[in-house]
Amino acid sequence: MKFGVVIFPGSNCEHDCYYVIQSVLGKAVEYIWHQDTSVKGFDAIILPGGFAYGDYLRTGALARFSPVMTAIADYAKKGGVVFGICNGFQILTEAGLLPGALLRNVGLKYLCKFEYLRTETTDTPFTNLMTKGQLLRIPIGHGDGNFFADADTLKRIEDNGQVVFRYADANGQITPDTNPNGSLNNIAGIVNEQRNVMGMMPHPDRSSEEILGSADGKLIFESMVNALVRA
Amino acid sequence: MKATVIVTLKPTVLDPQGMTIHRSLASLGLTDITDVRQGKIFQIQLKTGNREHVERLAKEVLTNPVIEEYRIVWEQ
Repeated sequence: MKFGVVIFPGSNCEHDCYYVIQSVLGKAVEYIWHQDTSVKGFDAIILPGGFAYGDYLRTGALARFSPVMTAIADYAKKGGVVFGICNGFQILTEAGLLPGALLRNVGLKYLCKFEYLRTETTDTPFTNLMTKGQLLRIPIGHGDGNFFADADTLKRIEDNGQVVFRYADANGQITPDTNPNGSLNNIAGIVNEQRNVMGMMPHPDRSSEEILGSADGKLIFESMVNALVRA
Repeated sequence: MKATVIVTLKPTVLDPQGMTIHRSLASLGLTDITDVRQGKIFQIQLKTGNREHVERLAKEVLTNPVIEEYRIVWEQ
């Protein structure tokens, strides 16, 4: 089993992801340079957080044109497991691999703090070790995390059970007060229709060991390993 | 030939930056202004005037169709 972590110019969380896979999970992992044209040999691909291409034009907009994205789109289409964290989520929406878009936070501030996420579905390769409704304490760190989709798309995402995580309070309640950035329906993470591509704004790579304040993020990576072992 | 591409958020998309600009106007006394929407403009130079290239740039790169729309102003 081998994970790949993509590096774009401006990525800055690639080592966090690499470290979690290698040192916390004890699994094989390699970096993938954004100019690479093949992702052959990888069992799962992570698009890490950061500021690919300096967030110029729109977050994720220019990373979409990196050669590796053509290979990743093909990989995803064939059922390959792809996970975008924060900027990686933004890139996946710009590339059309996930629906919707991430707008500027409603309060305009860059937000860096722990959030409670409620697990909305366990029927994904990213959440198969959780129970529905399980709360995860995972930090966010973003200025553009305000999830938006038009009314039809939002309805489709909700009806298909594609919402994976919502911002909640410590009791699992979903209210406007627990919404840090203005995301529609408090959405923090979604999967595509085929359920093999997930994007989320919060950082499980920054919360996979107790010393960091929470190890809840590890459950997501462990679910991926579990899904790959079963596959 | 030159082209200017104007990209704006769709009317249905919330614009937190425009709203913040608008709110800050109260202290200037510019009370006639009822709304501000922020957008982007791109000034494009063309060698021979191939309009299709600008159309494609605007549609495929400069705009995210989920949240934005564009218009092009042509000049000589």
